[in-house]
Amino acid sequence: MDSALLIHRLHFAFTATFHYLFPQLTMGLALLIVILKTIALRRDDPVYHQAARFWGKIFGINFVLGVVTGIPMEFQFGTNWAVFSRFAGGVIGQTLAMEGMFAFFLESAFLGLFLYGEKRLSPKMHWLSAVAVFLGSWLSGYFIIATDAFMQYPVGYYKAADGSLQLASFWDFVLNRWALWQYAHNMSGAAITGSFIMTAIGAFYLLSGKWTEYGRIFVKTGVIAGCIFSILQIFPTGDRQGKMVSDYQPVTLAAMEGLFQGQTAAPLVLMGQPNEQQGKIDNPLEVPGMLSMLTYRRWSAQVRGLDAFPKQDWPGNIPLLYYSYHIMVGLGTFFIAVMVVALSLLWRGKIFSARWMLWILMLSAPFPYIANTAGWMTAELGRQPWLVYGLMRTEDGYSKAVSAGNGMFTLLGFMGMYMVLGILGLFLIRREIEHGPGGLETTSILTATEAR
Amino acid sequence: MGSLWFWIVAVMVTAYVVLDGFDLGAGVIYLLAAKTDGEKRRVLRAIGPVWDGNEVWLLAAGGTLYFAFPQLYASSFSGFYLPLNMVLWLLMFRAIGIEFRAHIDNSVWQEFFDVLFSVASILLCIFFGAALGNVVRGVPLDATGYFFEPLWTNFRLGPQTGILDWYTVLIGVMALVTLAAHGSHYVGLKTDEDLGRRARGFALLCWPVQFFLTCVTLLATYFIRPDIMTNYANHRIGVLVPIVVFSTLGVMLWATPKGKEKIAFIASSLYIVGMLVGAAFALYPVVLPARDHQYDLTIQNTSAGAHGLSVGLIWWSLAAVLALGYFAFVYRMFRGKVQAGEGHY
Repeated sequence: MDSALLIHRLHFAFTATFHYLFPQLTMGLALLIVILKTIALRRDDPVYHQAARFWGKIFGINFVLGVVTGIPMEFQFGTNWAVFSRFAGGVIGQTLAMEGMFAFFLESAFLGLFLYGEKRLSPKMHWLSAVAVFLGSWLSGYFIIATDAFMQYPVGYYKAADGSLQLASFWDFVLNRWALWQYAHNMSGAAITGSFIMTAIGAFYLLSGKWTEYGRIFVKTGVIAGCIFSILQIFPTGDRQGKMVSDYQPVTLAAMEGLFQGQTAAPLVLMGQPNEQQGKIDNPLEVPGMLSMLTYRRWSAQVRGLDAFPKQDWPGNIPLLYYSYHIMVGLGTFFIAVMVVALSLLWRGKIFSARWMLWILMLSAPFPYIANTAGWMTAELGRQPWLVYGLMRTEDGYSKAVSAGNGMFTLLGFMGMYMVLGILGLFLIRREIEHGPGGLETTSILTATEAR
Repeated sequence: MGSLWFWIVAVMVTAYVVLDGFDLGAGVIYLLAAKTDGEKRRVLRAIGPVWDGNEVWLLAAGGTLYFAFPQLYASSFSGFYLPLNMVLWLLMFRAIGIEFRAHIDNSVWQEFFDVLFSVASILLCIFFGAALGNVVRGVPLDATGYFFEPLWTNFRLGPQTGILDWYTVLIGVMALVTLAAHGSHYVGLKTDEDLGRRARGFALLCWPVQFFLTCVTLLATYFIRPDIMTNYANHRIGVLVPIVVFSTLGVMLWATPKGKEKIAFIASSLYIVGMLVGAAFALYPVVLPARDHQYDLTIQNTSAGAHGLSVGLIWWSLAAVLALGYFAFVYRMFRGKVQAGEGHY
């Protein structure tokens, strides 16, 4: 691989992967905070108000990190992928500009009000500002997904005389069917991250016997939401997303599943190591016929393998794609298992004293991050070797004017920078957890307990 | 249609500089004007609820530029690769400087973030000024429509220019002084007592330098690019630009010592509008001049397809109305002087 190409790919992969650690929690928590605020407002319950305030603080730190790591993303299309921007900007510029105009203004304006304006606003207005932040962050997600969906499955464009892509139909582009399912799948993934983090911190409080009143609220809210979204993640959103890949990117499906040779009654590989040299899976653990069933709803259906496609159209890194996909699906299954058991314990009122379950919930906190990252790697590695599917190859899209040396300079800069940001973020969030929901506003807790 | 989008982007960039300009400027004078921890917190509280929203204008302007002029976005962002990435790093440092300072009540922690915030603000002002200088001066675009500028070459204006040369550094310093004054007016407006007085003192101190640099940069610009006057010679309306620039300078000189902070701040904002609109007016219809003018990037050869631009006008107008609504609401909520010992920061 050309070294400048490699640097520019690593540059985007690294900054995008690190960035998305924050928005997934932002979007997930935004929803849960709205739920907490709604309950607080309806029951006029100061504990729920305080719970929302506590999560607002963690949300605030996480949001700042999401914003600062997000700014480079919007610029990188131009700095590192100039040829691609010139080629596709007439179409995807629409959604990227709309994100700024519709989502960022909404989010940033109301975040300030939500975090610092509670004393100046009526409870209803404060609730409304939480809703606005939620809407802004979820809207932002849609515009990004619509942009990515165009790269996965380009629609609504025409090719202009100079070879660039231009918008032909706004609605076809914005309501790309690929975008709709990918969005549902992605947002459900973000909600899973939010739910698991809320549950994990609640479990930590219950296990350590601190702030147990809040611990119960967090575990209850997190488990109910976590269970709903873990199920939605697989069905229908994951299933439909997979169907879309099999319809429009069949070579990607074959690579994801590690299906080197096409066959009838194709097995679903649960575990095993892809062996590209020999074109098979080593040490396979598989369910016979399952892949045919999932793809075509028939046990005996013929599924095309990698051998059905010319080698230059295969995704470049098949083992990494295969592992990303399998890690995502494996963890997704684990989430359902954990959350269904947790919900049944919650239903029977046993969860708060079931220490083993609380331990599992607490230690599960990192897994949604891994699953979401693996999911995005599946989507983007699966798109290779195309930058815009079927229209522009990745090797043709990077900034030819920016040399590998200049690219590495800023890549190393971002790595150093993000290491500092990551450490600071963990340190500050850990401190908020340590302080607890009553940490800084002890007085309001006191009045709350007296009032009841 | 392309011309309309040219002016939309110009207005958005101007809005960014006027709005984020005052919180950048507050960062420039921060270490000098705010002596005690209480004063520092008041400066941060004055900009705290609004700085993020102000910065969104940069993102929104960048996004709109991408959408309306994809070829300009591609050429300029890859050509200005190094300084642009440095601007991103500085924006990050500055953001955590503002947001993370108050999380820990420890003087060492706070001192670190104070310096981070202020130094990043100062460097950003210079970078933004130098960026404007590069756009006015022209860049080494060639037939491919791309270019790449190193950070500096020999600080002269040869065929292979660097980001920094004597002219762009001059504009950088000019931007620093202008925004320092702008930030001083804002802090003067939002705070009182010693802090407010000190901020107004800074604004007065900046005035002669700002006046001097305004004249020098205008002459220097004419010196390096005499053709910049073409639009002014052909369109009478251009005469409004120097009128606005010099009359707002006059108003600042009159209003600041009298303690009419609001008028001084508005004048400072209009001064920035005058300077930036003046630059855009001089460039039009070129969007990024080349050192060799046959390779100029213009509205004509960089804009997106006509259908995309007309559709964009619909949603952009809707979004702009909504955004102005949010801004009006937020600034209303946080109106008035910042009081000691209130809220976060």
